[in-house]
Formats: sequence, C-alpha cells, structure tokens
Amino acid sequence: MKETIDLIRHNLTTTLKPSLLEIIDNSAAHAGHAGAKKGGGHYNVTIVSDEFEKKTLVQRHQLIYAALGDMMKNDIHALGINALTPTEETKGTK
Amino acid sequence: MSINERIEQVLSSSPVILFMKGTPDFPQCGFSGQSVQVLGACNATFQHFNIFEDEELREGLKTYSNWPTFPQLYIKGELIGGCDIMIDLYKKGELAPMLDSAMAV
Repeated sequence: MKETIDLIRHNLTTTLKPSLLEIIDNSAAHAGHAGAKKGGGHYNVTIVSDEFEKKTLVQRHQLIYAALGDMMKNDIHALGINALTPTEETKGTK
Repeated sequence: MSINERIEQVLSSSPVILFMKGTPDFPQCGFSGQSVQVLGACNATFQHFNIFEDEELREGLKTYSNWPTFPQLYIKGELIGGCDIMIDLYKKGELAPMLDSAMAV
C-alpha cells in the first residue's frame, strides 16, 4: 500500500537520515499464507546510512524496527532489510 | 515467574534455538522455512519453538529483544537475527562456524 510505504519512508528518513532508501512492496507475493492473515504487508528496504557505522547487523535492524515502532504491529507483517553504511555500499559488499 | 525469567530459562535450555512460525517440517511462513533450510545447510542441531502455540512467549520475545518479527535465531542466549541476517551470515561463511562452536560446548 502506498500510504504504508510513505509512512515507512517518513519514519526512516527522519530518524536515520539515509543517503539512499529504497522500499519495495512484496505483499502480493505473500498474500494468503497463514502468517499474513491479519493483512500486514511484506516489504523490502534497502537503506544506506552513517548511523550503521560500527554496528552489528542485529543492532542495525533494531534501529530500523525502533524507528518504525507500532507500524511493525499492524501495517507491516514482514520486513526484508538490507542495511549498509556508505562505505559498504561503494564497495558493493553486504 | 515473569515472562523475562521464562524467556531466559528457555534460552538457556539449548545452545541453538529458533523461534519460528510453524515447525521445521511444516513451516507456516516462508521466512521461517528459509531459516530452517539455512540451519540445515550448516548441519546444525537446533531446538525450535512454534510461536503460534505460545502467545506469551511470542509477545514477550518481541519486547525482550527489541525485535518485532519471527523467525528469531538465538545462539547461546544471544539474538543473532532473523531470516535476512541468517542468510547474510551464511553467504559470508560466518554462520556455520558460529553454530559449530556453540554446539561443541
């Protein structure tokens, strides 16, 4: 849903000030399975931010989840995350 | 016993634990299914919990680890991450050694 994507973009932009942010809606690929019953969408996020410097993958994802807050309870059922620092992005590594 | 005490008790019960939707044989979400496959590819022995069968554990873990989704993989009581991180670590060749050293203890 477009409103959800806009809200994700807003929340992540204000908190993590990314230099790159891509959000893809994958909900259609998962419609109907047991975990998606409540109707929350599946999204993929690629985000590049200085905030991820010297942080583990778990810590990076936790920052993103914290920024999204209550959205994770209803609007978002699953979130694929690719969180990179600017240096990692230019190297093309994950 | 508080929910956090219960979580700690569960986490100390096995070196490798996957909290997932469904079971390894019948995962009820693609991400949980992929996580089981990744652990299988690492030849890991792991304990699993079906969070659909335990609402208290399901809600408690989200708060305990600041992690709102499942699956969640724990090695020696520490949150390693969800499906994305597991696949990432697997591709980098880091997951299998982590699992091996946990299981060797």
